[in-house]
Amino acid sequence: MSLTFRALLPERSFDVAFDLAPGETLAVLGPNGAGKSTLLTLVAGLLAPAEGRAELDGKVLFDVTARRSVLTEPRHRGVSLLAQEALLFPHLTALENVAFGPRSRGQHRAAARSTARDWLDRVGMGELASRRPSQLSGGQAQRVAVARALAADPSLLLLDEPLAALDVTVAPALRTLLRDVLADRSAIIVTHDPLDAFLLADRVLILEDGRIVEAGATAHVLTRPVTPFGARLAGLNLVEGQATPAGFRAANGLEVPLAEHAPVGARLALTVRPADVAVSRRAESGQGFSSVGAEIDDVEHRGDHVRVHAAGLAADVAPAAVVALGMAPGVPVFLGFRHEDATVYPV
Amino acid sequence: MGDTVVRTTAALPRWVVLIAVIGGLFVVVPLAAMALRVDWPRFIPLVTSESAEAALLLSLRTSLTATALCIVFGVPMALVLARTSFRGQQVLRSLVLLPLVLPPVVGGIALLYTFGRRGLLGSSLDVLGIDVAFSTTAVVMSQAFVALPFLVLSLEGALRSVGTRYEAVGATLGAGRWTVLRRITLPLVLPALVSGSVLSFARALGEFGATLTFAGSLQGTTRTLPLEVYLQRETDPDAAVALSLILVLVAVAVVGVAHRVRPLDGAAGPLPFRAPAMARP
Amino acid sequence: MMPRPALAPRRRAAPRSAPRSVARSAVVPVAVLLFTAACGSSGAPAGDAGGPDGAADGSVTVFAAASLRASFTDLAARFEEAHPGADVRLNVAGSSDLVTQIIEGAPADVFAPADTASMDRVEAAGLLRGTAVDIATNTLRLAVPSDNPADIASLADAARPGVRTVVCAEQVPCGAAAARIEEAAGIDLDPVSEESSVTDVLGKVASGEADAGLVYATDIRAAGDTVLGIDVPEASDAVTTYPVAALADASDPATAQAFVDFVAGPDGRAVLGAAGFGAP
Repeated sequence: MSLTFRALLPERSFDVAFDLAPGETLAVLGPNGAGKSTLLTLVAGLLAPAEGRAELDGKVLFDVTARRSVLTEPRHRGVSLLAQEALLFPHLTALENVAFGPRSRGQHRAAARSTARDWLDRVGMGELASRRPSQLSGGQAQRVAVARALAADPSLLLLDEPLAALDVTVAPALRTLLRDVLADRSAIIVTHDPLDAFLLADRVLILEDGRIVEAGATAHVLTRPVTPFGARLAGLNLVEGQATPAGFRAANGLEVPLAEHAPVGARLALTVRPADVAVSRRAESGQGFSSVGAEIDDVEHRGDHVRVHAAGLAADVAPAAVVALGMAPGVPVFLGFRHEDATVYPV
Repeated sequence: MGDTVVRTTAALPRWVVLIAVIGGLFVVVPLAAMALRVDWPRFIPLVTSESAEAALLLSLRTSLTATALCIVFGVPMALVLARTSFRGQQVLRSLVLLPLVLPPVVGGIALLYTFGRRGLLGSSLDVLGIDVAFSTTAVVMSQAFVALPFLVLSLEGALRSVGTRYEAVGATLGAGRWTVLRRITLPLVLPALVSGSVLSFARALGEFGATLTFAGSLQGTTRTLPLEVYLQRETDPDAAVALSLILVLVAVAVVGVAHRVRPLDGAAGPLPFRAPAMARP
Repeated sequence: MMPRPALAPRRRAAPRSAPRSVARSAVVPVAVLLFTAACGSSGAPAGDAGGPDGAADGSVTVFAAASLRASFTDLAARFEEAHPGADVRLNVAGSSDLVTQIIEGAPADVFAPADTASMDRVEAAGLLRGTAVDIATNTLRLAVPSDNPADIASLADAARPGVRTVVCAEQVPCGAAAARIEEAAGIDLDPVSEESSVTDVLGKVASGEADAGLVYATDIRAAGDTVLGIDVPEASDAVTTYPVAALADASDPATAQAFVDFVAGPDGRAVLGAAGFGAP
């Protein structure tokens, strides 16, 4: 393992443990206040846990028990950090900013500058080396910050929503750059954008209230979410239910027969894409189709389609259908989908 | 930019502007009145008399030394106040800033009772062969005592507004504490350090009460420009006015310098982490 | 109603040009404002005093030298007791400060400086009502800390190398007197400090910072046990005389003159004598 991490911080009700394989990129997702940034600050050494232990490449980052406390200083952790803002030192040029890490780690001035120049070239900022941060655009500054973080040759790179503060026109190019530099590099990226997780991360960790609620390979978590948050990230309807002799049954009355029978009473999750959910005024049933009746909770307009919420499900329907069926909050409807469009799995 | 100025003026009620003008006149008119009393034909001889020259040189020398002392001690004090937290910090801050509001003569008495021959430390210093009574050293101490809070206050404020984010980044890039301090923290607050030093210098230059009480008054040794003004006033008010004008001019120059120093770009903004400081549970 | 013209004649009548009067006209309203606020009900109407023998029951503002503070506080109380209705206000400062204030138009009714030179300056400005009366004399003595660490018994001792002696600067009356004493005694004191006021000299001696200092006999008496006094025979060559006079613009001339007579009379003599002042 590249990183093993376990930390407890009761005052923020933070209790998280995970491992990171060498060269692996981990995306940490979760609602605001879930503890994502706490996780990063603990790894970086800007915050000490009440209890816990972390090792990076066999080196102890912290080892805190009730009786003793080992805390490695941030500078000795081999961890670089890239935040939402570039945070380039305003009094130094781009080149001096990037050379800061190598210099601090003992390189001579000339060698550090040469390292810095290489990194600036790699992020496409070679020509702006002598500029001050105030003369750089947000995207340029963030590129320099990427170079600075990597020039320090970290064993682990921490990224705290590195694209969040950037203009939408700039973010894609930087995301590509990150994808490039993060390949084969141990990294933890905190993000609220599932796209970052898809494109940059091998694994995903979803935090809620300081605890891990979902973890696994990106593809797995984003196709088989087990929490509402995970489902929302994946853009899926998530319906929790139980195994019955007939198959799957949810609390809202939805029933789906299953080919493979799970033990009766086992907890199951069903996911279905909102685009695969049909809305009608009458109950439709038939071979390979399930539906549930309910009053519409909400109708939201989303570009070329309308999303209808009812019975804990979301359905995307054409605007014309909304008009034709007179859909509005409070109107009773039936939501249904073909069994082949749904996925049921144990949780 | 141009219409911003217009809008600012227009946005204020007229009576606020009126009161501001009266307040401004209250400060400026006395200075102008003093300048009008200057006996110009005698101005040069008055300010270049032997005693005036000695006082001016002594004032510059002691004020510069006091400013250096303020930097040497004030920078670490500001850092400790801005970057650490400990029990009683608020109380300590208030105590450190006390000379700012204390009548200087009280500061002089306090110094006397500490470093005087019969003071708290005076007898110990006496044993070591150090004797500050009636010496130029006493003048420097008086000035540093009253000027120190200016440096600490402006630097601590700057340190707080700059925040610890750049320092945190520096630390994760592998910089040791000294490197972070030398290459990040101090350059970031350099403008505040300069303006704080200038203010300290100005305060040291104007020091009167503490010097009079603690150091005494002897030409070339302890009689600084303000003491010379005070003494000249007894027999030669024209000389006192001329010397006062010199002090005003130096003060105006110093305040001007302090205001020209602008903070660096990007020194403000949100924190990179919601928990920027090292906190131990 | 202003108790006196805003601008009294100045001591030095050098030709001053227009700009100053412009500045003055701007300053005066502010000064009036501040003064009115500070003084509240000051200044009984001048007309109330009646004839020359009118009752001394008005208010009188006395500008007195710092060394007279204790004695004049006492005398003011006695005067008010003797003259029901009278109200004495004391403004105590260094003599030359008081001269400046009076010449610049401060509302003083009676002036009691610590030397005749200060009185002469006010008289030269034409601000005296009648003539000044001498009410007391003061003599310099050598003050040493109560434990007399430098073992001083005479003025010559105070001039020994290594002895820290403090005197007043020559620009102030006590320093001028000290210089005359040094000359008369043929001794050069080589002081470590030349203070701007006798209070500062006394403070340095009382705190033990200085080994000796030349101060007035009355200061040594007032300082009690904190200092010891040593007579300096040559001081008789430099006796300071304290005059007192009513001022030309007194708001209540009768009360002002009554106060002058009071301090120059037996009551004044008794109080001043008790404080260590000599007879004029």
